[in-house]
Amino acid sequence: MADVRFEHVYKRYGENPPVITDLNLHIEDHEFLVLVGPSGCGKSTALRMIAGLEEISDGTLYIGDRAVNDVAPKDRDIAMVFQNYALYPHMSVFDNMAFSLKLRGTPKEVIATRVNRAADMLGITDYLPRKPKALSGGQRQRVALGRALVREPKVFLLDEPLSNLDAKLRVATRTEIARLHQTTKTTFVYVTHDQVEAMTMGDRIAVLNAGLIQQLGSPQELYDHPSNLFVAGFIGSPAMDFFDGTVKRASEGATATIGSRTLTLAGQSAAAASNAASSGERKVIIGIRPEDFHIASENDPNTLLGTVDVVEHLGNEQLIYMQSEGIHATEHAEVKGLTARIGPDVILRHGEKVAVGCDPTRVHFFDAESGKRL
Amino acid sequence: MASLPGAVAHATTRSPKKPLRWRDLLTPWLWVGLAMFFVLVFLIYPVLNTIWYSLFSFDSSSFVGLKNYFQIFTSPQLLLVLRNNVLWLILATAGTVLLGLITAVLVDRVKIESAAKAAIFIPMAISFVGASVIWLFMYAYAPKGAPQIGLLNAILARFGAGPVAWIQQTSINNFALMVIYIWMWTGFCMVILSAALKSVPSDVLEAARVDGASEVQVFFRIITPMISPTIAVVVTTMLINVLKIFDIIYVMTGGNFNTNVVALAYYQEYFNFSENGIADALAVVLLIAVVPIMVVNLKRFRAQEAVR
Repeated sequence: MADVRFEHVYKRYGENPPVITDLNLHIEDHEFLVLVGPSGCGKSTALRMIAGLEEISDGTLYIGDRAVNDVAPKDRDIAMVFQNYALYPHMSVFDNMAFSLKLRGTPKEVIATRVNRAADMLGITDYLPRKPKALSGGQRQRVALGRALVREPKVFLLDEPLSNLDAKLRVATRTEIARLHQTTKTTFVYVTHDQVEAMTMGDRIAVLNAGLIQQLGSPQELYDHPSNLFVAGFIGSPAMDFFDGTVKRASEGATATIGSRTLTLAGQSAAAASNAASSGERKVIIGIRPEDFHIASENDPNTLLGTVDVVEHLGNEQLIYMQSEGIHATEHAEVKGLTARIGPDVILRHGEKVAVGCDPTRVHFFDAESGKRL
Repeated sequence: MASLPGAVAHATTRSPKKPLRWRDLLTPWLWVGLAMFFVLVFLIYPVLNTIWYSLFSFDSSSFVGLKNYFQIFTSPQLLLVLRNNVLWLILATAGTVLLGLITAVLVDRVKIESAAKAAIFIPMAISFVGASVIWLFMYAYAPKGAPQIGLLNAILARFGAGPVAWIQQTSINNFALMVIYIWMWTGFCMVILSAALKSVPSDVLEAARVDGASEVQVFFRIITPMISPTIAVVVTTMLINVLKIFDIIYVMTGGNFNTNVVALAYYQEYFNFSENGIADALAVVLLIAVVPIMVVNLKRFRAQEAVR
């Protein structure tokens, strides 16, 4: 049981720009913290620094009260689950799980009890005599979890543990890891590039990009109040729609203009917009989540207009991809155009012209230059 | 050849409905026929012939039974030959494989890896005779007081010690000869073991380190067992290689000073002393000595194939 603290930590390779820049992060005791970001953002490097597999170029890393910059991995009392499982191929499942305890000189009976208990917890008791080669990917991943579990370590590190599993197994194992965290009450640090995993598992999420923490907060905070364009586009699936537009104060609240259409805002969106436009009309990037759109009447002025391009039916809902003249999606958007997530009842076809309205309280504004939330 | 019945079965099961045809029966024999012919003429026949003649007298004229074998295992000179071969088998094999493994691990961690590897591997490119000539100069001996042109004795003389008659002194000369072999073949072992080391995934090693293993424990408990199949291949290759050792001893001592080995003794009995019977018996002894190594090798190979 311990907390983990990064204080002004840098990671550099030679003369290149640092992979991690001034990382300050306090991972609380018992917390499930997820490090999420695109590949190359430095999340795995940060995790490997905690494990001691990657040297710290500058700054200090604490596990508990101890500065561990110069402590070898074997003396850090941490356990790690690797993306490719990293099981010892020449050992049986039992020996794989018992290895760390054997190295510590734990008595045989204790090893047997602890391995059996962990195996029982993960449902791998039947495989204990087998070699890793004779197991499926999901079973191997559970052995890797079990190997970490028998250690009863201070900190659990998981490096994209689900990325080699198929979709169904991934969801099941996700739940299993969340349950493990609840039963072991240990600090978990979990690295993933998958924002769904991050949202479903983390107590808190740290979104990383280009070696910098973009935002740190609970899943709901990240979803409701993304602090910049990157987080807004990264969290949520399908991604938030971005448009170039302007905001202006109005007699009551504020309005946002996208192309030729003007939306009347309400609630916190109106407050944010009028705040941003305090010195007159202002160019901004407007973000609206696909789930905040709905199909509206064409006569309604408070809508965006577009032509249906592709419709994806998901059973309980459908995703509408639209092209729209006059609406200019910004260069930040992954998909140009407008994506709306609506109920399954409306029937739309390719080429059909529709009007979509949005929840006037859930419109996000970002600075056109810096990308920061307004 | 052992797989031949299987090959026939395979050919027939491929078309189960058709009646058994001559063609199906003949095809597999056609494939293996040529290879079998060469094996028979150039391997099986000479082996059987050698075994047969090892039971005859020096000029192959009269049958003497196992007399030649009795002589090998009773004559002090020939017993010494067998002892030397056993020494070579153990020490030269252990020397090449262990040094090869150590250098493979070490070069893996330096920046000049390929240069270091090339330097260690180069002696492989020299012939046994060439290498022996080089080492004749290393070991060259002159009486005390005379100028030492041998490198080792020159160094010793600088410190006021020696000189040592490296290749004449019977207590050390066998080891001095093995050093030449080890110098030549360590590079070979290193290259193969180094490739095996690189095939060990780095995350497994990292997992072991996180699990609490020191570097020494990682080496002995993770790396060594994981590359053990390769170590076995290198060891058997070296064993067979050493069993046939001839050139180094022929050039350095000519088998004198208690350094003779089976392959050289065979050559001498046959060509110098015209003792055909003894020579053939020595060849058979060498053959029998190789058999267990080959059996182990084949068994392991089959086991690996079965796993695959």
